[in-house]
Amino acid sequence: MRLSAKQFKWVKYLLHIGAVIPMLWLLACLLLGTLGGDPVQYIIHFNGEVAVILLILTMLISPIATRFKLGQLVQLRKTLGLYCYLYATLHILSYFGLDLLFDTQLFINELLKRPYIYVGATAYLILSVLAITSINRIKRRIGRYWQKIHNWIYAVMLLVPLHYIWSEKTVSIAAIIYSLLLLMLLVERSNKLHKFVALRRMQL
Amino acid sequence: MNKKSKQVVIPQSWNEADKQLTSEAVFKQRRNILSLLGLTAVSTSLPGAVQAGIFDLFDDEKVPVVANLNTSINTQFNGKDVLTPLAKVTTHNNFYEFGTAKTDPSENAKNFNGDPWTLTVSGLVDKPITLGYDDLYKIFALEQRNYRLRCVEAWSMVIPWDGFSLATLLSYVGVNNKAKYVAFETRYDPEIFPGQKNKLLGGGIHYPYVEGLTIEEAMNPLTFMAVGLYGNKLLGQNGAPIRLVVPWKYGFKSIKSIAHIRLVDKQPPTSWNQLAPHEYGFYANVNPQVDHPRWSQASERRIGPGGLFSTKRIPTQMFNGYGEWVADLYQNIDLTRNF
Repeated sequence: MRLSAKQFKWVKYLLHIGAVIPMLWLLACLLLGTLGGDPVQYIIHFNGEVAVILLILTMLISPIATRFKLGQLVQLRKTLGLYCYLYATLHILSYFGLDLLFDTQLFINELLKRPYIYVGATAYLILSVLAITSINRIKRRIGRYWQKIHNWIYAVMLLVPLHYIWSEKTVSIAAIIYSLLLLMLLVERSNKLHKFVALRRMQL
Repeated sequence: MNKKSKQVVIPQSWNEADKQLTSEAVFKQRRNILSLLGLTAVSTSLPGAVQAGIFDLFDDEKVPVVANLNTSINTQFNGKDVLTPLAKVTTHNNFYEFGTAKTDPSENAKNFNGDPWTLTVSGLVDKPITLGYDDLYKIFALEQRNYRLRCVEAWSMVIPWDGFSLATLLSYVGVNNKAKYVAFETRYDPEIFPGQKNKLLGGGIHYPYVEGLTIEEAMNPLTFMAVGLYGNKLLGQNGAPIRLVVPWKYGFKSIKSIAHIRLVDKQPPTSWNQLAPHEYGFYANVNPQVDHPRWSQASERRIGPGGLFSTKRIPTQMFNGYGEWVADLYQNIDLTRNF
């Protein structure tokens, strides 16, 4: 099965619209004041949650493309991945800006002291590298290393659920569902994952 | 902050008394003006916080104009702290019986009705009693105290509570010498509290929610039983009809919607301590030196008037600033270990 160029363009448009809607929705809620007396926690969690959902969708693309022989879809992975990175950035910015109120010292202290925060920060650091190396010029320049670097997304898929569950006062159903989905997507790639781990071992 | 004339807005869910104050003709007239402006749909379908818009940086203080409780202000607690606006106090709540999100309680407690209610005081007392709904407001003279409320999650508010000291109640029933602790229990009724019915909504806490204090803490004049705030009866999300307020301890100690108080001789179990003993202790005194394992307790985000960017981060005070009242209770206790 193959989508026509025109159909595929529409899929792309829909993807952009879908990825921007959460941001607009959050903004609308803020302007209307429907998020309660102190929306800070909500904003932080909302951005984090959207980032997790986008991560799941990003990682769903290649299995779907394989299963349904829709090779074109792989082109969408970069866009989705970058949206995931955008929401992860908003997640951290809202924590730093709205919760810690730009207290840099406190931010650094918390980053170094709290396991769930440095686990999340590590995932974000990896995502940053992936985002930068997804720029076409850089991608071309690093050639075959690109795939090796981007295999680190598997580490992100483990760190993110850990960060999510660890950050909660009591474990939520959402955290469990997202974690299971990410684990399933990892298991689905167990072959590649084997190679990835074996490669790391060889290098060590 | 701007000092425009204070516009008084009564959240529609607050009480019915506003309508009694406004004659029906005037009330209708106002509605007509609003509907002419096309505003009724907005002003009746959205919660009170709408009127205190988040980006409304020059947000005026919204204080209910009608108080339905006969309460007298205790000036001893009129500090320099700026009060948290009513709209925020009633829409940002941790009350897992109504759901774990901060906005869940105000949404899920809309139809809450605390009448009828029974509060029993029993155990090691001379004269056990059972109070009904009306008794809660009549049995003792009500006073209003502004207390700082410090949540274990490192945000805080300043709230004018209406009620009476727990010591007054305990003296009324007569405490037996053998009593060493006071155990509190939230009403258990899954029909009223959806979080008790549905584990997912209730965040995995074992219900009914229970709390406890030492007898010395309970008899401290600061320890308060609140039946109202801002001069009005408590709303469901704030722990109606009666709740504990222990201002020098983290908010989770201040158990809401209490049905039972028992005087006992052994330390009673407490809900958050049962759930995660390494994170929440029995004492739970506000202490900037002892961090929660997952976040710092050295400072707090004070939720005051104004929009999202007007919030301030302030240093947290030992015993939430109530050390002169309570520090001597803990002279021989290692507060790092007994957090």
